[in-house]
Amino acid sequence: MDVSAALDRLAPRLSPAATGARNARRLSGGASLETWAFDLDDGTPLILRRRPDGALPRDTALPLASEAALIRAADAAGAPAPSVVHVCEPEDGVGEAYVMRRLEGETLGRRIVRDEAFANIRPGLARRCGEVLARIHAIPTAGLPPLATSDARGELARYEGLYRQMGAQRPILEAAFRWLESIAPPPPDRSVLVHGDFRNGNLMIHPENGLVGVLDWELAHLGDPAEDLGWMCVNSWRFGEWRKPVGGFGDYADLLAGHGGDIPLERVKFWQALGSLKWGVMCLMMYQSFATGADRSIERAMIGRRTSETEIDLVALMEAA
Amino acid sequence: MISHPTAAELSEAIAAFDAEAATPGDARHAFLARVADNARATVAREAELGARLEAEAIERLKVLLGLDGDFAALNAALCEALYRGEISPRDPAVLAHLRATAIGQIRIDQPTYGGLEALLAAG
Repeated sequence: MDVSAALDRLAPRLSPAATGARNARRLSGGASLETWAFDLDDGTPLILRRRPDGALPRDTALPLASEAALIRAADAAGAPAPSVVHVCEPEDGVGEAYVMRRLEGETLGRRIVRDEAFANIRPGLARRCGEVLARIHAIPTAGLPPLATSDARGELARYEGLYRQMGAQRPILEAAFRWLESIAPPPPDRSVLVHGDFRNGNLMIHPENGLVGVLDWELAHLGDPAEDLGWMCVNSWRFGEWRKPVGGFGDYADLLAGHGGDIPLERVKFWQALGSLKWGVMCLMMYQSFATGADRSIERAMIGRRTSETEIDLVALMEAA
Repeated sequence: MISHPTAAELSEAIAAFDAEAATPGDARHAFLARVADNARATVAREAELGARLEAEAIERLKVLLGLDGDFAALNAALCEALYRGEISPRDPAVLAHLRATAIGQIRIDQPTYGGLEALLAAG
């Protein structure tokens, strides 16, 4: 499909002053969804999120119209999110997609945790993440699109099932399944809207304004608010700054205080450990697409070798428990 | 032996990438070229360290399980015992083996990963 030409035709529906679109370019990253940056000829900077032609919706990922509805709900609740401009209809000719405003900032964790440009906002960022998550978790769930519900035991069982299907022999993952099963918390009193992928890479950070946008809502579901806090603390997204558990830039206390002090640290640490275990299983699954021949790229082969980063983190967490 | 992927699979993927024609300015190709370089370094580290680490793991597993066998058989026996709950994941002897295994493999896969420094700092 010629996305560039389709956006040019769509432009008048995106802004009353626009007659065309220009500079359409595909941004890297995102294997399951395409992200395109483009500008309207009235100067409006926009982003298109679309499902690639012929892609099957994954069973865990939301339809894009649902994702757009969640971004609108987050926006209305005062959580930083890009404004959704248009949810595409079949007659728009771009497939399953939506258009949102393009935010200014950085998503690359390596830069956010190290670059001098972010030195001023880093000290307050963990608290801000906690505050933003509290707003997301407070969104009334009654008006949201249909979402799956999960809890600690359910997630553990789902990922153990995925692990067993692959027939891998990884004693550290085996130990982690049994350990986490023995300490899994009960479901929360009230299931809340969980973003499901709140981490470096999906957070738009501005050098002066800090967290300006929570992106990539395709894994959102109903569940335990501690899940989002724990996922943010997985060592795999600290980019070498392992002494700062919250995203490589902050401490647990700031994240928890920002959320309102309502979640025990122990519960966050459980979800952090489950997060490492889930990421380890995901790395094995992505390798599996190489092994089966579905995707023979060097990238898919090499990601299997990231399983060991989750294993060394899990050993550290089991030793400290 | 390290699997998912094996060193042979990595070498095969590197060769396939090297055989691909590059379009100048292709961002995806440039990204994959860096991944291929990482893969080459991983294969080289495994060639240097892999055999010794496996021999050490076999010795630890024999003592831990009271069994004899090659690495694949002993490793599978440990996985099975953990799965069945015959060995506790918190057993200090098991944890010591898992720790040594994790350190050995990260030194091959990703020696600059922060989790290695973190684990060593934790004693």
